[in-house]
Amino acid sequence: MSNQNIYIPYLMRIEKITLEAPGVKTFRLKFENEQDAETFSFKAGQFGEYSIMGVGESTFCIASSPTRKEYIECTFRQAGKVTSALALAEEGDIVGFRGPYGNIFPIDEWKGKNLLFIAGGIALPPMRCVIWNALDLRENFKDITIVYGAKSVEDLVYKDELAEWRSRPDVKLVTTVDPGGETPDWKGEVGFVPTILEKTAPSAENTIAIVCGPPIMIKFTFPVLEKLGFMEENIFTTLENRMKCGFGKCGRCNVGEVYVCKDGPVFSYQQLKLLPAEY
Amino acid sequence: MQTENYLIRKSSLEKLFGNLIGNGKIVYAPKAKGNLALFDKVQAFGEITEDYIVTANSAKSVTFPRTEKLFSYHKSKESTEITDAANNTFPDVILWGTRPCDAAAFIPLTETFNGDFQDIIYNKRREKVLILSFSCKRSDEYCFCTSVNSGPGNTAGSDVQFTKLSDGDYLAEVITEKGQLLVKENCNLFEAKPEEDKEPNLAIVATRFNQEEIQAKLQNLFENPVWDDKSRACLGCGSCSYVCPVCSCFDIQDEAHGNKGTRLRCWDSCGYGLFTMHTSGHNPRNTQGGRWRQRILHKFLYMPNKSKVAGCVGCGRCSRSCPADINILDTLTSLQEEKPNE
Repeated sequence: MSNQNIYIPYLMRIEKITLEAPGVKTFRLKFENEQDAETFSFKAGQFGEYSIMGVGESTFCIASSPTRKEYIECTFRQAGKVTSALALAEEGDIVGFRGPYGNIFPIDEWKGKNLLFIAGGIALPPMRCVIWNALDLRENFKDITIVYGAKSVEDLVYKDELAEWRSRPDVKLVTTVDPGGETPDWKGEVGFVPTILEKTAPSAENTIAIVCGPPIMIKFTFPVLEKLGFMEENIFTTLENRMKCGFGKCGRCNVGEVYVCKDGPVFSYQQLKLLPAEY
Repeated sequence: MQTENYLIRKSSLEKLFGNLIGNGKIVYAPKAKGNLALFDKVQAFGEITEDYIVTANSAKSVTFPRTEKLFSYHKSKESTEITDAANNTFPDVILWGTRPCDAAAFIPLTETFNGDFQDIIYNKRREKVLILSFSCKRSDEYCFCTSVNSGPGNTAGSDVQFTKLSDGDYLAEVITEKGQLLVKENCNLFEAKPEEDKEPNLAIVATRFNQEEIQAKLQNLFENPVWDDKSRACLGCGSCSYVCPVCSCFDIQDEAHGNKGTRLRCWDSCGYGLFTMHTSGHNPRNTQGGRWRQRILHKFLYMPNKSKVAGCVGCGRCSRSCPADINILDTLTSLQEEKPNE
């Protein structure tokens, strides 16, 4: 790899665009070069730099499961310059992708355990990758519980998959929306994720908790998990610091001794406690 | 390799310069501009100034230009073509008259651009650079090389180092194979080593702090009033990063012209308020004090912990160039007085 320019992206063709929620889209991307498709591999938790030539790059996780090899998917909310340009792209268009970067969820170490996924808003995508990874290897794990909340019913992403998970007997799904975000026919919970988690969480015994969400949600979720008896080494999250390069050089995501892009983005709560709170 | 010592006459130095520039190499050297000495391209020996402590700009831009093309693209209706800038030919560059601090700075800079991910464009540029440093006869109150394991006659990072002796001739210390090759190609200009010692011909730079002690202290000084106190005047202008020979934070930006364009790597600074800001508006490092702390911790704690080499060579440029007169030495020496948190 050392004789390759690490800034050159793969060229990917947008095969399918799904509108998930207002301003939120999922792209299914296929490699333009078949050889790239064959050699490319990644693991749950890793991310990439997605780009529109002439506009720039933006960082999101790979939202599809590594067990599904024909494509990768990303889900993003239109927010800044690059995501606004991505949002205008159409099926058949070409985008750039660099990756995979970063560390992984230690899913191999979770064999034989219960998994509790807790996600808020647009943070379900980084978790979707590991959820499908776990569901595709379902026999490796005991109970799987997903607690997912968004601002309103319309803001919930992956609505088809939520329906699929709800109908599966081997998954317990709890969905919630913030107070005021419910519709008349909403059958889920109403309340913020930490509150609903406290009400619906399974036992901490032999359970790994994986938390992804906006910083404020994470801040209020950790104490709830501790109260429920989760050990800090059994709680995992991903940090979402601003990044440019993705490989520990541009300096942007440096927090204490670590680069979130290279040493993360996946951290246990135990590891986070040792870092300065610059995330 | 073992350092080899030679003598080079004052008159031969100009001949050496002539031979180098005649070979089609690009030579950067200190050039007077107003009150400043700047590292710049020179064509003639007469353009070079000797009247400088350190140049106002560092020499890092020869391997890490302020704006570097990473690739160019051409979009058509059906496809996108990428042209890799790493396939470009990079020029042979000679750095003439760098100070030992600037030569030493290439060690941590090269470290940053390597490791798990090797930056081939940086490495291709670095391979083509020959560093001919001139040791320091003078220093000023901003210099602190001796506090960061360097010094006015430090040869680390240089290919050849010249020291002006009392009679105006020079001691030439050949440190690397690249330097050896230079001597070989110009063997008629180099004579048997002089009698005179190097040491008496160097500036005296007082040691202001102990780097290892500071490193140990910083481990427990994250929460401390010193960061806000010492950075209250900071304008967040980033000039400290731009003049620093080790600072390497960068941004990646696209420049488009119709269907064509380039992706660029541009200098950036951890001192800028937007550096860590999320698109959501959340900013994990949202005070100037926090940014000043990051600058110090990155250079004096994180970098030496990771690679044994600090991210500072003691050139003092950041303090000289600061429009708000913030002095890094002032922060570092006051840290020595601090008691670490328990």
